[in-house]
Amino acid sequence: MADDPQDARMRTIRARNRALLLVLLGLVALFYVLTFVRMGGH
Amino acid sequence: MNELPTTAVSPLDAGAAVGDYVQILKPRVMSLVVFTGVVGLVLAPGHLHPFLAAVAILCIAIGAGASGAINMWYDRDIDAVMRRTAGRPLPAGRMAPGEALGFGCVLAVGSVAVMGLAVNWVAAELLALTIAFYVFVYTMWLKRRTPQNIVIGGAAGALPPLIGWAAVTGDVSWGAIALFAIIFFWTPPHFWALSLYRAEEYAAAGIPMLPVVAGARETKKQMLLYTLVLWPVTAAPWLLGVSGALYAVGAGGLSLLFTVAAIRVWRDESDRSARQMFAFSLAYLSLIFVLLLVDHGLGGGR
Repeated sequence: MADDPQDARMRTIRARNRALLLVLLGLVALFYVLTFVRMGGH
Repeated sequence: MNELPTTAVSPLDAGAAVGDYVQILKPRVMSLVVFTGVVGLVLAPGHLHPFLAAVAILCIAIGAGASGAINMWYDRDIDAVMRRTAGRPLPAGRMAPGEALGFGCVLAVGSVAVMGLAVNWVAAELLALTIAFYVFVYTMWLKRRTPQNIVIGGAAGALPPLIGWAAVTGDVSWGAIALFAIIFFWTPPHFWALSLYRAEEYAAAGIPMLPVVAGARETKKQMLLYTLVLWPVTAAPWLLGVSGALYAVGAGGLSLLFTVAAIRVWRDESDRSARQMFAFSLAYLSLIFVLLLVDHGLGGGR
């Protein structure tokens, strides 16, 4: 059965938003840990 | 209020899917780049905090992906002509050109900035040089103009071990240059093996690969010469004391097999040997770098 184009569109956008959220959370975690490592003298 | 007409929605209205963004990063190329970068990082004398080493590798991977994305943006016209690349997100119409360019530029700037802030600015400058060389020198200048495109352009793919090395030491030494030279001299026979059996597609796309411009015989001769040059080049890490005897023996054996593959291509008028050599060239480079790692792990080198 063919997908409704609007549903497919919303699914694509939602998946991209979730991926972007994960990337941003990853960056926050990266800079958080990085700060401690660099402050530790490395 | 009017409802949106459902039949008028095209895939591009939603923008590209997550999988398309991953695909324009050229993950298979990225994996080899990351691996060679890791070897540079491991072989370099000195110590780098494991977290910073992981960040350096992440930056190398993202920088390689950024180069791939910008390359796909620029080459979308010729990608549409070639069967091997016609299914990529841009020529297939699943991603708008601006999306790919923007994505690539953000990743390029981000990877260089994080490398500089987290690791050191020598590694960041080398990463920036790699991205710029791949985009401006290879993709935009050489690729469509000269059969030496992948010879000179191969420098971009050869730089990741230098970046890994510089992430640890903050400079570039002869050991790092030896790793660079291995990939630099491996690139032409690797790509020419592919272009021998894809010559028609390259010709249709207007890319002056060596088999298209100089013919199959000249290409095969050049491939054989490069495999011979790889003998002393792959021995360089051992001669410089970066690696030990185990690596030297293994690299010699692999180079012998690579030369035998080139001789088979020279003798074979069909595509079969070229296809086999292309597949073996990937295994050759991977195994050379695996040998470097194993030898280092066993205490080889000075």
